[in-house]
Amino acid sequence: MDNPKSSGGQTPSQTVGPYFAYGLTPEQYGYPLKSIAGGTLVEEGTEGERIRIEGRVIDGHGAPISDAMIEIWQADFQGHYAHPHDTRGSNTGFRGFGRFGTGTDPENRFLFDTVKPGTTVDGQAPHINIIVFMRGLLSHAYTRLYFDDEVEANTTDPILNAVPANRRTTLIAERHIGPSGIVYRFDIHMQGPHETVFFNV
Amino acid sequence: MTDDATVTPRDWHSHPPYVHPDYKSTALRGPSKPLIPLPAGLGEITGPVYGHDSANELDADLTKNGVRNGEPLGERIIVTGQVKDERGRPVPNTLIEIWQANAAGRYVHAVDQHDAPLDPNFFGGGRCVTDAEGVYRFTTVKPGAYPWGNHHNAWRPNHIHFSLFGPSYLTRLVTQMYFPGDPLLDLDPIFLGTPEHARGRLVADFSLEVTEPDFALGYVFNIVLRGSATTPMER
Ligand SMILES: [Fe+2]
Repeated sequence: MDNPKSSGGQTPSQTVGPYFAYGLTPEQYGYPLKSIAGGTLVEEGTEGERIRIEGRVIDGHGAPISDAMIEIWQADFQGHYAHPHDTRGSNTGFRGFGRFGTGTDPENRFLFDTVKPGTTVDGQAPHINIIVFMRGLLSHAYTRLYFDDEVEANTTDPILNAVPANRRTTLIAERHIGPSGIVYRFDIHMQGPHETVFFNV
Repeated sequence: MTDDATVTPRDWHSHPPYVHPDYKSTALRGPSKPLIPLPAGLGEITGPVYGHDSANELDADLTKNGVRNGEPLGERIIVTGQVKDERGRPVPNTLIEIWQANAAGRYVHAVDQHDAPLDPNFFGGGRCVTDAEGVYRFTTVKPGAYPWGNHHNAWRPNHIHFSLFGPSYLTRLVTQMYFPGDPLLDLDPIFLGTPEHARGRLVADFSLEVTEPDFALGYVFNIVLRGSATTPMER
C-alpha cells in the first residue's frame, strides 16, 4: 500500500463543510445513526457540580453561525482526564468529551450538560478545552473556556497569564443561575473587536 | 528537537490558512489575530478514547449500512490506507468517521438542496477503527461532484470527508480525500487553499492491488497525524 505522496508530513486539514451533521452529530440532528458523543457528558451517577455550557459562534459581521461544530474535552470534577496519560485516570467513569452542532437550536447555540472540571495535576485553573470546526474554516481552531467564579485560580493560571491582559476576558465564561441550574455563557467570536483567543498548540 | 515525550507542532506549512480569500466564507470566519502559543500540558496530550467498541463491520460498509430495499447506485469502491504519525509510527485503534455525497452528488443532509436524486439505499456516513498496524478500510460508492455557491459555476471535486482523533486532543484532524485525475481539483478553492507542496497528500492513489475483481475499484489514502507523546511505559 505504498503511497509516496502521503509519507512526507502531516495530512493537511480541510473544512468540515456544511454537511457534517449526519456523519458527526447524527442523533442531535435526527439522522438514523447513533452518535459517538453529543451535548450530554453526564450520566445519572456522575460526580461533580452539574453545569450547562451555552454559547454561540459569531462571525466577523456579528452574526451567529448555524453550521459550526464545537467539541469539548475536559477533566472530571477532580481534575482527572479519562486517558492513559493521566496516570491517575478518571475514577468517576466520566469520559469528558462532547460534540454539538449549532444548527438545531433556534438561537444557534451550542449546549453542553456537564460537570465543572477540577484543577488539573499540572496546576492549571479549571478549564474546558475547545475545538471549533465550521464551513469556511479550513483548519480547526483551538480555544479554552475558563470560569469567572474561579478568580484566584485564574490569576495564577500560566496559560491565561500568557494571553495579553486585554484579551483574557474572551476566554472566561459567565456564571448565571437559570431555571434548571447553573449556566455558563461563552460566546466564541471568530473575528472583530472581541475576537476570541485561539491557540497555537 | 522533538523527543518521543512531546507532541510535534502543527505544521502550518502543510495546513491551509484561516483566511483564504478565494474561498469566500473564510473571510468572516477565519480568526484574524495571531494565535497565542500554548505549551502542551495534560489536557493536550490526552484526548477522547474511542476504540474498537465504537464501530462495527457494517459501519465501515456504506454500500450496506443505508440499505432499505436494494443496493445503492454508483461505482463501488474500496478506500483503505494506513494512519501513521509524523514519526512514522502506525496509529492503531483510532476511530475514523467519514461522510460523503451519493453517486449523484447529493448529501442526505437536510440543508443540501442540490437538484440531484437521493438514493434510498445510501446514507453516506461510516465509521471504522484502525487495526494494530493503523490500517482502515471502507467499502462505499464513488461520491459525485456537486455545485456550491462560492462563485459562478463552482463545483466541488469528488471527495470523502474524513475525521480522525489519533491518540490525543492535538492529533485531531478533519480533512477531505480527493480522487486522482479529477479536473475539478485545479478549480477548487478549498483544495487550492492548501499549500501547494502538501496538496498531493489529499489525493488518493488508484490501486490495482486493492481493487477486487468483479467487485470494486481500490483506492489508497494514507494519513499522517502529528506525532504524539508516548506514555512512560511505551518509552
Ligand atoms: Fe463535501
